[in-house]
Amino acid sequence: MRRLLPVLPALWLAAFVLLPVILTLKISLSTPATAQPPYLPVLDWSAGIEGWGSFLEALDFTNFETLAGDALYRDAALSSLTLAAIATAILALIGTPIALAMARAPERWQPLLVALLIVPFWTSFLIRIYAWIAILKPEGLLSAGLIRLGLISQPLEILNTQGAVLIGLTYAYLPFMVLPLYAVLAKLDPRLPEAAADLGAGPVRVFWSVTLPLARPGLSAGALLCFVPMVGEFIIPDLLGGSDTLMLGRVLWSEFFSNRDWPLASAVAILVLVLVVGPLVLFREDEAAAREAGR
Amino acid sequence: MRALDRLALILGLGFLYAPILILVVYSFNASALVTVWGGFSTRWYGVLVADVPLREAAGVSLAVALASAALATVFGTLAALALDRGGRFAGRRLFTGLIYAPLVMPEVITGLSLLLLFVGFGLDRGLLTLVVAHATLGLGFVAVIVGARLRGLDRSLEEAAADLGAHPGRVFATVTLPLIAPSLAAAFLLAFTLSLDDLVIASFVSGPGATTLPMRLYSQVRLGVNPEINAASTLLVGTVTALVLTASWLTGRKGVA
Amino acid sequence: MASTHGPDPAGLLTCAGLGKRFGAHAALADLDLTLQAGEFVCLLGPSGCGKSTLLRLIAGFETPSAGTIRLGGADITADPPHRRPVNMMFQSYALFPHMSVAANIAYGLSGLRRAARQARVDELLRLVRLDGFGPRPPDTLSGGQRQRVALARALARSPRVLLLDEPLGALDRALREETQGELRALQRRLGTGFIVVTHDPAEALALADRIGVMDRGRLVQIGDGASLYERPANRFVAGLLGDVNLIPGRVSARDPAGLARLDTALGPLRAGGAAEGEGIIALRPERIALARVPSEDGPDLAGQVVETTFLGDRIRIQVRLADGTVWRVSAPTDADAPAVGETVHLSYPPERAWLMPAEA
Repeated sequence: MRRLLPVLPALWLAAFVLLPVILTLKISLSTPATAQPPYLPVLDWSAGIEGWGSFLEALDFTNFETLAGDALYRDAALSSLTLAAIATAILALIGTPIALAMARAPERWQPLLVALLIVPFWTSFLIRIYAWIAILKPEGLLSAGLIRLGLISQPLEILNTQGAVLIGLTYAYLPFMVLPLYAVLAKLDPRLPEAAADLGAGPVRVFWSVTLPLARPGLSAGALLCFVPMVGEFIIPDLLGGSDTLMLGRVLWSEFFSNRDWPLASAVAILVLVLVVGPLVLFREDEAAAREAGR
Repeated sequence: MRALDRLALILGLGFLYAPILILVVYSFNASALVTVWGGFSTRWYGVLVADVPLREAAGVSLAVALASAALATVFGTLAALALDRGGRFAGRRLFTGLIYAPLVMPEVITGLSLLLLFVGFGLDRGLLTLVVAHATLGLGFVAVIVGARLRGLDRSLEEAAADLGAHPGRVFATVTLPLIAPSLAAAFLLAFTLSLDDLVIASFVSGPGATTLPMRLYSQVRLGVNPEINAASTLLVGTVTALVLTASWLTGRKGVA
Repeated sequence: MASTHGPDPAGLLTCAGLGKRFGAHAALADLDLTLQAGEFVCLLGPSGCGKSTLLRLIAGFETPSAGTIRLGGADITADPPHRRPVNMMFQSYALFPHMSVAANIAYGLSGLRRAARQARVDELLRLVRLDGFGPRPPDTLSGGQRQRVALARALARSPRVLLLDEPLGALDRALREETQGELRALQRRLGTGFIVVTHDPAEALALADRIGVMDRGRLVQIGDGASLYERPANRFVAGLLGDVNLIPGRVSARDPAGLARLDTALGPLRAGGAAEGEGIIALRPERIALARVPSEDGPDLAGQVVETTFLGDRIRIQVRLADGTVWRVSAPTDADAPAVGETVHLSYPPERAWLMPAEA
């Protein structure tokens, strides 16, 4: 009975998570074709072993060579990583004080604060990004407000820049950074920062020497939860970034929907996976190290 | 409470809520210009009600969300039980990885890879493929939420039931299930919300005749800011807020983390 | 380390009129406490009595709602914790898990140069007999070793006053008794003022020069162990420090020696103590003599043995008296213990019984 528990979910996950990724890898090695499905080769099951042979022979790395050779894709990869990294850093900077304030709030407020953080997090992502268009566009609310305050005279050109993408990324992923940080900080023994203060450390030293090192698992979990999906983000660069901002998610989208180049889109998907595997491995090592230290 | 902490909370929550509030306020704007206030009006809600394709898309979204959330809850709970109760089994690490993968995997990859699967096996894209894709996405979230509740469960309650002569099936039905029920409800609601919210995966795996609400909204958003979308967003935000508050009430009530 | 201050008539640490409210709840009310230089004071009371709140006020983690705290004459009421020459040893130690033992101890020594800091850490490690443990992470240490690291860390800055919150609470019993002696010896050697919070009366008696008994946010009584035991201020203190028989009555007269005479349900009884009117006599079980014949002088307190319990170092005998109350008598184990059902006669030296006011 107990042995059978994993069978059904494992079958589901194998069919709809593992197998699709393997298929994507396979198709990334294929060639586009004007056919249905629009790629070659297609495995001919009836041809037996020989079918496999010619199938495997027809696979190659052309798509990855295209990705490596074309500046467009290199730039997209670079700006995906750069924007995701900058946004993650901004999130760490603004997320830490928020998480700290939540963890130090009176205990009966904390569930409410968590709920307040979660509500926008589950509120339509598309709509929350859409809301920023009206704020950021040149005749939008931000420019109008700043002009009325006399801080600027010309409307701001933010929308359709990388700046707008950074704002959108920061906005959309803030809860993903704050929640894991809060979870760690709320469990932090309040006597530890007290002990540090008791031993003569001022608030700044308490934060750097005790609170932050102990909150590190939360910080790295938050960074991971933000960075990985950001690298492949589509909606934010599409709605806020304009035509100048190339990010891999958008490149994948347009290769697939506009150019109908499924193999190249698959190659971009594999590239994104490879790019985010690095941070994942780093995170696991960090987590293992934290567990080691905390044992 | 320290002044700096209060400032951080006010700025943080203000940043999170201001765009949504602006959206809601401007959905009641009489003017068609999104940035000019032309007086209070509900005209865009009238336009919204008359928008048949949008209503149809909402119907598709609700149906898909219900079905996929139900599937995700069943399979996600089984996955959580397997991790919590299954002991050691072959491929446990791979299994865990596969549960968590959809949580962090960029949506474009999930969408594209599922599409390639469906095409590769000759499945017609439509409602069914949408439900399967969204169930897969929700499964991981369900497993995380239910798993947290299972780990927090006092095992001696189940042992007591077994000690009093209940066979494993009865222990599960009479003790385990009632105890994890609030987290199941919360997990269902979150899977439902995720499905309702998804644009990217749906764009890949749905076919003609299965246009979801976000897909419909996206095609309009791409054309620029539009007060009717503000009205639709307000309704969507209201629905989701109600669902999230219900979920957090359900989880909070029984002391679920 | 020697204190730079001479003896202070006003005491080293003085809390005056200290109060702390959390919303509508008064955790501490109108508390006065003076710690002399080099003194070891225990705050004893059940959980929630306010003893930990008092410690946190002195350390500076909470701000009092009323009253002042002075240290060596200076008002430190408004000083933040990191500016107070007072250190705390936390309950369950609060050792920094991400730092080695040495780094924990050195944490408060950031003002010193590296070499001086290293020397001080070594000195402290020797002091608590943990030489060589410096590089270890705290969670590889046993409970007793962690307790000593916490002590060394709190002593590193040579505080004028050391606050210890249930310092031995996490240790098992055998280790606790051994550590009590060490803690006491260490305090004598350093001459630092110690304030220890504990809920264990035996621990308070074993450690302290003076014990302050706290109940519901108030300091009920403070004094050395013997005076608290023999002359408790009320039945709460009497019961806290050990087993006691309580006999209610009313003071009717005083004899020339100052002893009060009370009318009780058992007839007239005598006891020491200044209370007037309604009162309660506190009579310790070991003060009661048990005989098979009535005593020559004093009232005849005859009763029937209802139960005897062998406790190792003594026997506890429960005797039902004429008014139906049951007294507990403690007798040495070598005594010829009476059997259950036997009639016995009880007597006590009246100056060893203590009269307390009936209220509270």
